[in-house]
Amino acid sequence: MTKIGVLGLQGAVREHVRSLEACGAEAVVIKRKEQLEEVEGLILPGGESTTMRRLIDKYDFLDALKNFGQSGKPMFGTCAGLILLAKEIGSISTGHLELMDIKAERNAFGRQRESFEADIDLKGIAEGFNAVFIRAPYILETGDDVEILATYYDKIVAAQQDHYLACAFHPELTDDHRFTQHFVDMVKQSQKKLASL
Amino acid sequence: MSKTGTDRVKRGMAEMQKGGVIMDVVNAEQAKIAEEAGAVAVMALERVPSDIRAAGGVARMADPTIVEEVMNAVSIPVMAKARIGHIVEARVLESLGVDYIDESEVLTPADEIYHINKTDYTVPFVCGCRDIGEAVRRIGEGASMLRTKGEPGTGNIVEAVRHMRKVQSQIREIVGLSEDELMVYAKETGAPFELLKEIKSEGRLPVVNFAAGGIATPSDAALMMQLGADGVFVGSGIFKSENPAKFARSIVEATTHYDDYKLIGELSKGLGTAMKGIEMSTLTPADRMQDRSK
Repeated sequence: MTKIGVLGLQGAVREHVRSLEACGAEAVVIKRKEQLEEVEGLILPGGESTTMRRLIDKYDFLDALKNFGQSGKPMFGTCAGLILLAKEIGSISTGHLELMDIKAERNAFGRQRESFEADIDLKGIAEGFNAVFIRAPYILETGDDVEILATYYDKIVAAQQDHYLACAFHPELTDDHRFTQHFVDMVKQSQKKLASL
Repeated sequence: MSKTGTDRVKRGMAEMQKGGVIMDVVNAEQAKIAEEAGAVAVMALERVPSDIRAAGGVARMADPTIVEEVMNAVSIPVMAKARIGHIVEARVLESLGVDYIDESEVLTPADEIYHINKTDYTVPFVCGCRDIGEAVRRIGEGASMLRTKGEPGTGNIVEAVRHMRKVQSQIREIVGLSEDELMVYAKETGAPFELLKEIKSEGRLPVVNFAAGGIATPSDAALMMQLGADGVFVGSGIFKSENPAKFARSIVEATTHYDDYKLIGELSKGLGTAMKGIEMSTLTPADRMQDRSK
């Protein structure tokens, strides 16, 4: 069975685990960097990105996470996870993991009272997908090899670059597992590809 | 078509706070210390609970200037407290744009019978509970997040433990009940029947449940996590300690790694003095904030 990790420092970890299991994958909650060796792909969940970054630094996770991505293993960032993956963040220009060629803006849709859910289309993956946006970021700019998967009122809310997948909303909060399934399929493909190298 | 203020959006916000620490702050400077230490949110207050205790009198919603000052100082979510049943304080906080309202027994209740109908609001609410009856009644009124009450401002973990154990054991009890026993359980606990059915089938509360009221050390925070809390609120415990920044960081780490005793041992070294606590038996009935609502 394909083993996929969920970074378990803080945030909606349990929901991602449930969603992965519903897609037929085995989920592992990652709290120590050594555990990254056990998994073929990794989800960076929603939560508070500043909190996660502090814990990433504290436990010396940063390089381990970068190496994980650079080795070709797929990573999926949702909401705060998107912020972690981004090469640049709005006004502060530097990023955290800086793995994905996107520029993100934090809390871009506003505060909690502006949080919303809406049906969006995920290009080639799912139509009429109920997306839950909570103090959500969006993507301001994308690099040349980034494919835009979804927009909401012209704001980019989901994108993919090779083995990196990111979205501004929370696919783990609903029972619609099509987007998570897409990531599980990405991990399966990369397993085959990495095995043949 | 987008929808704001749905259950999913309101409860989901609390899901994102899981595994984290929410800290009481009274100004921008403290808010920044909390954010820097890794707090997932801050609670903007005029006074922390131990000072509310010391001051006596009527405790009300904070001056909106303080709430706005804190909102402008940090990028993490900002919560604020309204008095129980005080519809207008809650609306004022909602209009300020706070991310979560705590309808809290730490403030002097405005209504001794009715809580706010929280389903009416776009902003989500967190409420306190001591047992499953209170927990499920608050959810029935529209709370999107719970916290066990403990006894605020005491730095004494005993009541927080009592309430978390009670709620967790009652959830296990509900799971084990047959359908026909559930209605009598609803009658006895005063918990809405339909929500009890949901708890029985899911095996857990439908909203996130944090621990609060008495957490003063990293070990206290880890203890509450082990007892089943989704995260912790720390009120007076941080800014009434000798070294707030260090206490804040240590409590955040102990909450993440609540079963790593070696780490918690390291975190506890040379922390300085924790807040001075209060023994429960020295509190008069009027001092007990947890008894202010049911």
